[in-house]
Amino acid sequence: MSAGAALGFIAALILLLLLAGAYLTWIERRVLAWWQDRYGPNRAGPFGVLQAIADVVKILLKEDWIPPLADKPVFVIAPAIVAVTMLLAFAVVPFAPGLAVAELNVGLLFFLAMTSLSVYSVAFAGWASNNNYSLLGSMRTAAQMISYEVFMGLSLVGVVILAGSFNLFEIVEAQRGLWYFVPQFVGLLVFFLASIAETHRLPFDLPEAEHELVAGYHTEYSSMKFGLFFLGEYLGILLAAAMTVTLFFGGWLGPAFLPPIVWFLLKMAVFVGLFLLLRAALPRPRYDQLMAYAWKFLLPLSLVNLLVTGAVVLLMEG
Amino acid sequence: MATTERNWLVDQWDVLWSQVRSMAEVFKHGFRRRETIQYPEEKPYLAPRYRGRIILSRDPDGEERCVACYLCAAACPVDCIALEKAEDEHGRWYPAWFRINFSRCIYCGYCEEACPTYAIQLTPDFEMSEYDRRNMVYEKEDLLISGTGKYPGYSFYRVAGISIRGKDKGEAEREAPPVDVRGLLP
Repeated sequence: MSAGAALGFIAALILLLLLAGAYLTWIERRVLAWWQDRYGPNRAGPFGVLQAIADVVKILLKEDWIPPLADKPVFVIAPAIVAVTMLLAFAVVPFAPGLAVAELNVGLLFFLAMTSLSVYSVAFAGWASNNNYSLLGSMRTAAQMISYEVFMGLSLVGVVILAGSFNLFEIVEAQRGLWYFVPQFVGLLVFFLASIAETHRLPFDLPEAEHELVAGYHTEYSSMKFGLFFLGEYLGILLAAAMTVTLFFGGWLGPAFLPPIVWFLLKMAVFVGLFLLLRAALPRPRYDQLMAYAWKFLLPLSLVNLLVTGAVVLLMEG
Repeated sequence: MATTERNWLVDQWDVLWSQVRSMAEVFKHGFRRRETIQYPEEKPYLAPRYRGRIILSRDPDGEERCVACYLCAAACPVDCIALEKAEDEHGRWYPAWFRINFSRCIYCGYCEEACPTYAIQLTPDFEMSEYDRRNMVYEKEDLLISGTGKYPGYSFYRVAGISIRGKDKGEAEREAPPVDVRGLLP
């Protein structure tokens, strides 16, 4: 791609992602309502499609309040971090052959690095707010995200072993024969659970557990700063869905009657739907249960998966 | 510790399976009928005995049923009913004015229960929102309807023993003429 085309692509991608993040709020509310025998927001425009725009306008016009005792620079920068890291992580997502902002040969590591960085946003937000609930929420988040990161990485090593590359394009190409959700089913399971915890979506939304912590780390946030946290969360959903599709469900691969990008987006939509279904269906576990599940079950499971995958690959080669 | 010996892995599988099952159950709800009533376009069902907007009814002859006895005002727990008695040339009582403040009314129906003449009645209508609180105060001309409400044939004076214009004592329904007590003397 020429420099101009690349810049245009980046601008279009950012615009589309921001729009998708905003629209996902409306889609989520409609879909949750659909599963709960309700209608959801259906008043603004046909089927309520203008609801997301109305929400954005509303949230921009709200009072932008910084608590007097807050650590101002950190308080302001925290919501930006989550949005920026999530947007940056999309740089390596392979939407179609040759269609990505950056074809890094360590794309997978870049993705893991960016999702890891987003923990700073939550930790800073909770610390800078100078609020007990915020601090409790951010401590929970930090512990949760660090715990689940460990085997989020480990669960993906199986994929890397099979594909022999960290490059996401090569990983997708390597799935031409068999999508990796079959040989790496355990890896998929662990990765999916870890990505829910990483985006702190329900049922693992303990960082913002309303019933215990008011709103967790973003208790003190208002206006578009609060909106940025939500944007980060919804971009996280999109990212987790995109990565699940890329790593386990063959990315853009699919029968030729649809273009590759459409296959990618369709598969992504299925996983976004699954994320929303999780929210609709499952209650939140206790914090100790969350941690016990991570360290006592998922971590050993991903290690076993890694060992078995490595052994099988070695045996087949030898 | 659990009292029954169970395989730990089996437990983990049960946990996972029950989550998947509840997700399936929730997904199936997408194909059920929606419970929401989209109100302004779609009206909710209101039972015939729904307690809504209060009206004053008339008897079958078209006369006001209210006899200004003040029982409704006395029964009202929030004191939202006010009226003043007046008397016509035949000695019949009626309210000179009758005022209900619907911004106070709690629609409990005690006024309807207290009314001896079925004059005051609650109706299945709740669509009486106003932008100005003062418009919630209904005067007698707003309350009085031309019909008989829930009791079509009922007229207080036709069954009451009181004498009124056009009906003397003993002429009410199911009422014997008054007995001359002195005529019973031996």
